[in-house]
Amino acid sequence: MQVEPGQAIAAGVSLGALRKGAQAEIIALDESAALSTLKTGELERRLIEMGLVEGARIEILHEGFPRRDPIAVLVGDSTIALRRVEASAVMVRRLKD
Amino acid sequence: MPKDDSVSARSDGPPRIALVGNPNCGKTALFNALTGARQKVANYAGVTVERKEGMFVSPAGTRVKVIDLPGTYSLRARSPDEEVTRDVVLGRRADEAVPEAIVCVVDATRLRLNLRLVLEMKKLGRPVILALNMMDEAESQGIAVDAAELSAALGIPVVPTVAIRKDGIQPLLDQIDRTIQVANSEGMTPTSAPCGWTEPSARDLRDYHAQVEAIMAQAIGRPSRPHLATRRIDRVLLQPATGLFILLALLFLMFQAVFSWARLPMELIDGGLSTVKGLIDAGMADGPLKSLITDGIIGGVGSVVIFLPQILVLFLFIQILEDSGYMARAAFLLDKMMGGVGLHGRAFIPLLSSFACAVPGIMAARTIENRTDRIATIMIAPLMTCSARLPVYTLIIAAFVPQRQVLNGWVGLPGLVLFALYAAGILSGLLIAFVLKRTLLSGAREPLLMELPAYRLPRPHNVLLGLYERARAFLVRAGTTIFALMVVIWALASFPAAPEGATLPAIDYSIAGMIGHFLEPLLAPIGFNWEIAVALVPGMAAREVAVGVLGTVYALSDSGDSMRNSLAGLLAHSWSLPTALSFLTWYVFAPQCIATLSVVRRELNSYWWPMAMFFGLTTLAYGASFVTFRVASSLIGS
Repeated sequence: MQVEPGQAIAAGVSLGALRKGAQAEIIALDESAALSTLKTGELERRLIEMGLVEGARIEILHEGFPRRDPIAVLVGDSTIALRRVEASAVMVRRLKD
Repeated sequence: MPKDDSVSARSDGPPRIALVGNPNCGKTALFNALTGARQKVANYAGVTVERKEGMFVSPAGTRVKVIDLPGTYSLRARSPDEEVTRDVVLGRRADEAVPEAIVCVVDATRLRLNLRLVLEMKKLGRPVILALNMMDEAESQGIAVDAAELSAALGIPVVPTVAIRKDGIQPLLDQIDRTIQVANSEGMTPTSAPCGWTEPSARDLRDYHAQVEAIMAQAIGRPSRPHLATRRIDRVLLQPATGLFILLALLFLMFQAVFSWARLPMELIDGGLSTVKGLIDAGMADGPLKSLITDGIIGGVGSVVIFLPQILVLFLFIQILEDSGYMARAAFLLDKMMGGVGLHGRAFIPLLSSFACAVPGIMAARTIENRTDRIATIMIAPLMTCSARLPVYTLIIAAFVPQRQVLNGWVGLPGLVLFALYAAGILSGLLIAFVLKRTLLSGAREPLLMELPAYRLPRPHNVLLGLYERARAFLVRAGTTIFALMVVIWALASFPAAPEGATLPAIDYSIAGMIGHFLEPLLAPIGFNWEIAVALVPGMAAREVAVGVLGTVYALSDSGDSMRNSLAGLLAHSWSLPTALSFLTWYVFAPQCIATLSVVRRELNSYWWPMAMFFGLTTLAYGASFVTFRVASSLIGS
């Protein structure tokens, strides 16, 4: 899904909707947005354990194939691969496209 | 919570330290640097998690045992591997005494994720040493880590290490001595300090994270930056089109190399065996003992040992892909497509390992946390052509496929046929996974969430140690299970002996001949003769045994000059092409491997799944061979 610039910065957007090259800052984790089948709280904890936590700066480095899924995200000093479905639990504020 | 009885387990032997760290932090390289080749690889009882133990003598002269625990991001334990790590450091395992000290290995270039685990380990209340590994890389990337500041901030000793350099572990060795000395002088048992670890909640994790940020602000002079070379390489290797093309090319190169690189050492082994056989032939009187040695042992075991070079080439590739960090990229590239058949991207590593042997492959499936994802991966692992099937394939290909160059001389025809056989296994495996995930195993999909480590040049020392371990395991297996089977098969094929004035080959009168003749009508519709039927039964123990049995069966049923011909030459004369194709097809599916079935039973703790695997794959093998034989017969004429 393509998100229009401007709208994103105001409303906050999910990491799962960003495209390659986008830079953002994580503002919240909301696992209910990810349709996760894990037990409650599990996805959130796993995301934090991989460094996807509020305040972290991220950049999308690579996109998979097909359907640009999964994505490789630069978080701090590590690169984390995750699927868009789980990435939609990560709410971000866009910094740059 | 730790149980009291297991916590009190304390060994009176040498002090023990445990290595703990994130995946890809260079923990194994550090373990190798500490212990050299003095390692013991075994399994933890009840689970099939590899237990690596080694020994070294510290500068103060103390003998110290080292345990290399499976890599983990947290002590929350989401897989059997991580459970072992958690249980050992918590002292919950009855078969492993609590280590006197824990060495937390962290990658100095990726401190954020690594330090969070260190904070968790500190809660255990045991002596913790922080080994700042890969300091050389950190320095060359311009990351300034202040070990003294870090030590002050964490409240534990911090020593920089470079596992790949000879003098790079000296500070760690000295620190281990100091830590052990302090523990001894205080008369402190490893469990005297209270364990303050509880499973962290999301809030605890955020707290840890905030602490890490504070510590990093204090101890890191220049902030770490992503590995530039890795980013540049990934721009090519993770670009979908070029990335997938390179991945495929790499796999193709791997299979071609298995054939071409291994040819010379295989010829040397073959020549050596022939020489020994010739010496015995010349120097011993005819009789059952000579027959046992030349036909049973050298003929049987030798025909399996000769494949050691191919297995080593295959493992060399897998080891290099793993050590260089490429394996995670392959999982990334394939995740969406594998997801199409319901598999996890992480299933790629177990499946690739299964090309060497399904047993380590099935064990590697433990990194898939979700049970249904894991079962689906395990069920199709035997369809990835294992190296034990290579002897069968190469034998038949050598006998029936002409050594010719195709595609303008770029590709050898034998290699191409082999590639097709591998492809047939992969495609049917994906098809079965697709069906399974929509029927028996429908349900949740596990998140991917995987780190893409920085690319590293594989260290020859580590690659060689890994290869040595594989070679040893293979030769031990050849010297025990396969040796015993070969003797049994030889006996079955030799007794009872042919009666006086017998007109048929001697093996026709033996027990093996009887079994073969009994199975023959069942296998006739798929073009198998009784010699093949004889080979299939002992092939249950190890697939490659089938080649040895064919060698024994044909060597014994022929006489004179033809004995000297290679088995391939013999088969080319006695089998029709449709039979050979049918036999190859059978082996694409062939589930007849007791080791695989037993590891499935152990890994899934169920009898149902190995039974389903055996009957399902046998049915598939029979059906596919039937079609192959009929089609080939009508096209070529049998």
